[in-house]
Amino acid sequence: MGPEKRRGLWWCEAKALWGGACGCVERSLRRGGAWVGVEKRNPPRPEADPGKCRGASVLIMDPECSRLLPALCAVLADPRQPVADDTCLEKLLDWFKTVTETESSLQLLQDHPCLVELLSHVLKPQDVSPRVLSFALRLAGAFAAQEDCFQYLQQGDLLLGLFGEAGALGWSAWSIPSVRSGWIQGLCALAHHPSALHFLADSGAVDTVFSLQGDPSLFVASAASQLLVYILALSMQGRDAGSPIPEVAAWPVCAQKIVSHVQESLHSTAAPQVTQALNVLTTTFGRCRSPWMEVLWGQLSPLVASLLKRDPIPAAHSLVDLLLSVARLGSWDAAGWRGWESPVLSSAACGPWEILAQTLHRLSPTQAGPLALGTLKLQRCPQELRTQAFGILLQPLACILKATAQAPGPPGKSYHLASGLLDGTAGGSMTVDTLLSSKSACVGLLCQTLAHLEELQTLPQCPSPWPQEPLLDAAVIILRLCDGSADPSSSGAGRLCGTLAGCIRVQRAALDFLGTLSQGMSPQESMLQVFAILLKNLESPESSPTVLKKAFQATLRWLQSSVKTSGCSDLSPDALLFLGELFPVLQKRLCSPCWEVRDSALEFLTHLSQHWGGQADFREELQSSEVPMLACQLLQDPESYVRASAVAATGQLFSRGLQATPTSSENLQAQQGLLMDLMYILSTDSEGFPRRAVLQVFTQWLRDGHADVARDTEWFVTTVLQAVSRDLDWEVRVQGLELVQVFLTQTLGRFRPRCPYAVTLPEATSPTPHPEFLRTLCRLPLFEFVFRALFDCDRPVAQKACDLLLFLRDETAPSSGPQETRDGPNSASVEVALQRWQEGEQGQPLGDLEPEAMLALLRSLDLEGLQGKLAKSSDHIEKSPQSLLQDMLATVGMLEENEADCY
Amino acid sequence: MKLYCLSGHPTLPCNVLKFKSTTIMLDCGLDMTSTLNFLPLPLVQSPRLSNLPGWSLKDGSVFLDKELKECSGHVFVDSVPEFCLPETELIDLSTVDVILISNYHCMMALPYITEHTGFTGTVYATEPTVQIGRLLMEELVNFIERVPKAQSASLWKNKDVQRLLPSPLKDAVEVTTWRRCYTMQEVNSALSKIQLVGYSQKIELFGAVQVTPLSSGYALGSSNWIIQSHYEKVSYVSGSSLLTTHPQPMDQASLKNSDVLLLTGLTQIPTANPDGMVGEFCSNLALTVRNGGNVLVPCYPSGVIYDLLECLYQYIDSAGLSSIPFYFISPVANSSLEFSQIFAEWLCHNKQSKVYLPEPPFPHAELIQTNKLKHYPSIHGDFSNDFRQPCVVFTGHPSLRCGDVVHFMELWGKSSLNTVIFTEPDFSYLEALAPYQPLAMKCVYCPIDTRLNFIQVSKLLKEVQPLHVVCPEQYTQPPPAQSHRMDLMIDCQPPAMSYRRAEVLALPFKRRYEKIEIMPEPPPRPTQPTSSKKRKRVSEDVPDCKVLKPLLSGSIPVEQFVQTLEKHGFSDIKVEDTAKGHIVLLQEAETLIQLEEDSTHIICDNDETLRVRLRDLVLKFLQKF
Repeated sequence: MGPEKRRGLWWCEAKALWGGACGCVERSLRRGGAWVGVEKRNPPRPEADPGKCRGASVLIMDPECSRLLPALCAVLADPRQPVADDTCLEKLLDWFKTVTETESSLQLLQDHPCLVELLSHVLKPQDVSPRVLSFALRLAGAFAAQEDCFQYLQQGDLLLGLFGEAGALGWSAWSIPSVRSGWIQGLCALAHHPSALHFLADSGAVDTVFSLQGDPSLFVASAASQLLVYILALSMQGRDAGSPIPEVAAWPVCAQKIVSHVQESLHSTAAPQVTQALNVLTTTFGRCRSPWMEVLWGQLSPLVASLLKRDPIPAAHSLVDLLLSVARLGSWDAAGWRGWESPVLSSAACGPWEILAQTLHRLSPTQAGPLALGTLKLQRCPQELRTQAFGILLQPLACILKATAQAPGPPGKSYHLASGLLDGTAGGSMTVDTLLSSKSACVGLLCQTLAHLEELQTLPQCPSPWPQEPLLDAAVIILRLCDGSADPSSSGAGRLCGTLAGCIRVQRAALDFLGTLSQGMSPQESMLQVFAILLKNLESPESSPTVLKKAFQATLRWLQSSVKTSGCSDLSPDALLFLGELFPVLQKRLCSPCWEVRDSALEFLTHLSQHWGGQADFREELQSSEVPMLACQLLQDPESYVRASAVAATGQLFSRGLQATPTSSENLQAQQGLLMDLMYILSTDSEGFPRRAVLQVFTQWLRDGHADVARDTEWFVTTVLQAVSRDLDWEVRVQGLELVQVFLTQTLGRFRPRCPYAVTLPEATSPTPHPEFLRTLCRLPLFEFVFRALFDCDRPVAQKACDLLLFLRDETAPSSGPQETRDGPNSASVEVALQRWQEGEQGQPLGDLEPEAMLALLRSLDLEGLQGKLAKSSDHIEKSPQSLLQDMLATVGMLEENEADCY
Repeated sequence: MKLYCLSGHPTLPCNVLKFKSTTIMLDCGLDMTSTLNFLPLPLVQSPRLSNLPGWSLKDGSVFLDKELKECSGHVFVDSVPEFCLPETELIDLSTVDVILISNYHCMMALPYITEHTGFTGTVYATEPTVQIGRLLMEELVNFIERVPKAQSASLWKNKDVQRLLPSPLKDAVEVTTWRRCYTMQEVNSALSKIQLVGYSQKIELFGAVQVTPLSSGYALGSSNWIIQSHYEKVSYVSGSSLLTTHPQPMDQASLKNSDVLLLTGLTQIPTANPDGMVGEFCSNLALTVRNGGNVLVPCYPSGVIYDLLECLYQYIDSAGLSSIPFYFISPVANSSLEFSQIFAEWLCHNKQSKVYLPEPPFPHAELIQTNKLKHYPSIHGDFSNDFRQPCVVFTGHPSLRCGDVVHFMELWGKSSLNTVIFTEPDFSYLEALAPYQPLAMKCVYCPIDTRLNFIQVSKLLKEVQPLHVVCPEQYTQPPPAQSHRMDLMIDCQPPAMSYRRAEVLALPFKRRYEKIEIMPEPPPRPTQPTSSKKRKRVSEDVPDCKVLKPLLSGSIPVEQFVQTLEKHGFSDIKVEDTAKGHIVLLQEAETLIQLEEDSTHIICDNDETLRVRLRDLVLKFLQKF
């Protein structure tokens, strides 16, 4: 659980107000591993929406681009001027694709003959670099996607020269994977109209694509398979919806070729070929929503079924994918297709359900697991098959339950549970020997099964009745096998124990599963069993930090579930007893030398007090332990993550009145002490995480009207903002603005109470800021902070500040216009200061601000305009095609200069 | 090739290997668990211990009440603690040529062997092993000698009396062979017979075999040994570790291609992961001290304590324990802490590189400098002036039967604020605590044993692929308390051969080749044969110097042999089949005759006449030539 480095490069253009720009690079470290479903840190900064800066206005072929294009084509065609950067060509291609989306390709080519010249030049590949060759192939494909342009290019046999048998295949550059990839992508782009199908059939390209399926380059091989799928899909398009679906023999030539190639591959004894064929079919059935699929399946299903007769079954994973793809298709019939329940298929010997059932039966448990899960996730599926699939998923757990049952004497509880688990399900034949064929196989299968069942329980398709009790029992037994506390009597169980003892992977998976099982209803006996095993995992010195974290998460879920079970918001008596034993364990974990453990324990404590901090029994248990005191001590932990978690935990404890000191006078003092401690962390801690956590706690305290904060809110806000304004961490500054927003909302609400039931006239609701409200704002260093943030070199800070000012303006001076601004009070000195700040002279203070001047300033700023500009990606100007073309030309020019220098 | 197994303790081995006319003792471990049957030796007069009631038999007999005392339902011998020595009768130990020591814990019986058996050979060990071994012995002798005991109990050892005693005294084995601790004089004399060796140094033994120590990664200077001739290689693996602690890492590669790998000294707590235990140790220590309690850590003066101090060095600041004093009390504390810093070449790479900075390799130097760690030879003297509570005390002996630890147990045992944390795995903590009951202080068991566990052994065996593995019988079956844990045993092919105490094992090993050198001239005859070991060998090489013993051949048919025995007046004969032959048990005479394919042993208790009679009966079945 190490720190995860995340670097962000954020160029900010804040020249919105009066021109000028500023920018800087900010790098921040963030940690992974927050609680599931709970975001404890600041949210990541918003990414720029590329769509917003991709307006048609900047991407069309404008005169400037037209002017630059011939030069660029000449450069590309010139082998002596190599393109230095591959990404330029990619960007160029993207741009051309965008252009052809809105404009006629034919027109483009006619207006810019240099492009055709470039493509023609490529026909002499010895003069072209492989990069440009690949680019040209893809470019030609992009142009030929429009049928008229395709015809235009065909006239000059340009396409045949590029994609035909006499074309690219004969080039020496064909040995370079990027060229082969470009060739395939070009064809893929081209295959958009019926003419393309004829071209593909006549040019012999399809045969080449077949051979490329086995290409040594995985990218090429994958693209080849995709192309086949694409061609097949194209062949099925454009038919009259009402006309009967022809048999495969009457399909377009291309489609026939592909189907017969797939058939041949399925007959092959070589596993890679079978895999290729199955992958093509999987993608086809996954993508194509056409009634033709039914015919295709009818044609191929006997061959697929015949694969099951082989031993071993070739390409089992691909087969699973295909069957699930086909089965999912069956559940789609909203568009008029009849689905798999059609009379034709249901009577066929090789219907998908039959093959699915056979496959489930034939595959090994590990291979069958994903298929079983996929089957159960289907929207529509025969009940019998669901039962079989569920049986497959349950098999490993049933096997464990059986093995750990008492061997001699009458069958014990576990045995009954095992039979309960597999009641009415097929395939309960797995033995411990199968399970234990090897340690890694056993561990892999168990982890997979637990993960599948965990996923299944949260889905609407979850089988019903859900065998909650046996599953709970199985999870507990697995955990006991892992920690070595199981006492199995049979030899199989002994071996299981030996295999699973100390296996962290299985422990983690079982704890996750156990946590999910808390959603179901469990008898009291089982809950006690669960609490016991959770406690064992929490207190065991052998538990690794990751296992502990999972155990904490599962514990929280079970405590929540015990509330559900007890029917009221209080913890059940069993849960309270458990808590009594839990706190000493938590105490020990808070003293662990391993920081991950201290951190997880603090996070757990935060969640505990968040949920049950108000409950008397919980409070009593917690306060009688040393946990609050230890949490306070961890504010000085050497590890910053732990300090951050300690800040969150103590903040939570104190806001619930759960601090360590019992008496009221001490209480106050301690609380003040914590406030000061947190202030100290905010202003001095060298790491960002604790500072961010402090601000989150402060914001929450302010929001909740916490007594300490409410006592002197203005002092509190002033002190916090002074510290935050010096902070180098942009997330802290954003969080500071969040605190300001909460303060503003509260202050505004105080001065302008609103009654939702009061009948008011429209003019009465128009915001007329309370003079005291404005005075309060001017009294605090609030404006200085927000305006500085507006010119922050980190865009999210500036955005947040801008939003905040907009909110403030709307609340205080919404109706004013520029005319009014000029007549308003003099805010010139402030504007001068702002101007300087923007130019980078941040040293100058803003000076005293009168309420009227502040209002005038708010009115005078073009905040909407600024907001729009801040929303744009920082490189939106550099992304323009002109810039790209200029850059490419400039790079070549540079190279030329260098060459000249050499001579 | 034969292996004589003299110790039943798998981590304190003592075996003798006969290989190519050399007799090599492998380790010299002393089983000190016998001391648990004795009352602790209090450094300061303990009214509680001295007032314990004497034990009386069920019938009211009180003749043992001076020797045996009762404490909370347990019976203890009120005498100087005694130790269970390696078997001395199985083989004539004066014939041992060399003793190879693998680590300082496995040499504690050395004075008993070198000083009392007629041993005239050489002992080989690395320098840290010798120095730290000396410290351990010195500490033990000091602990026992400074609390002189007036009486010595021996009555209870009588077989008839022992039978009447409660467990565990009743079940204690070979109590008559238990011995008191040696003296410093014996220690010095024993250690003077040691010749220092370095890792990978090749030592020739009489030109017949070559022995080489290899780093075993367990402790400072700890070694495994390679014993090889021109065509055979035996590896002796004892107390090895693959974890990254302070010693040099284990040399695995050199163990490859062994014909026989003798495997001892695996972890005693295979289910406990040392990392988890260190975490547990720190957490419990911090919790106790924060509550104002004291922590007592019974430990040896060297070994894991170095790692614990290093761990605490990193931990105490983060846990807010900087102001808590740490005391290390041992007569050899100072030497131990200093020795650890000077054996740089025996340390792991990280620590070695520190020496060149120059910095002390272990951070406990800094703890001492900053007064966070203080060390004292005993609780008497300076310690009593400096003593401040709450504190953490590291002191011996881990058996809780002698040393300063006894005083702290008496002092702190009554308060539940205090905690005793057991980190040494050699003694059962429940048995160790038995004479201190009832006890209010908290007890935490965090055994830290860095030696190989079974998973690591399995990987090691896969890596080095010996032809045969020989190990103590405890390793060939799961621990008795966890009989279902099939993973807690050695799993290899072919299955490991096992041995137990007092067993002689013919190693599955056929010597097929021998390298000989034929000189054109006969070697010169020794003019004056002396009684020295090496001369004796020379004389053996010259056939005409001694009378040839007749060679014997043939096998002994068991049934006929039994009939012969009966004819000669032996009754109550019982025959047991073993994997290698038969054992004929003469129950009345308490004598065993082991009949195996290539050897016959007569084991009888100090009755030479009986032995000779039986030998003659055996000889009748064999042909001489």
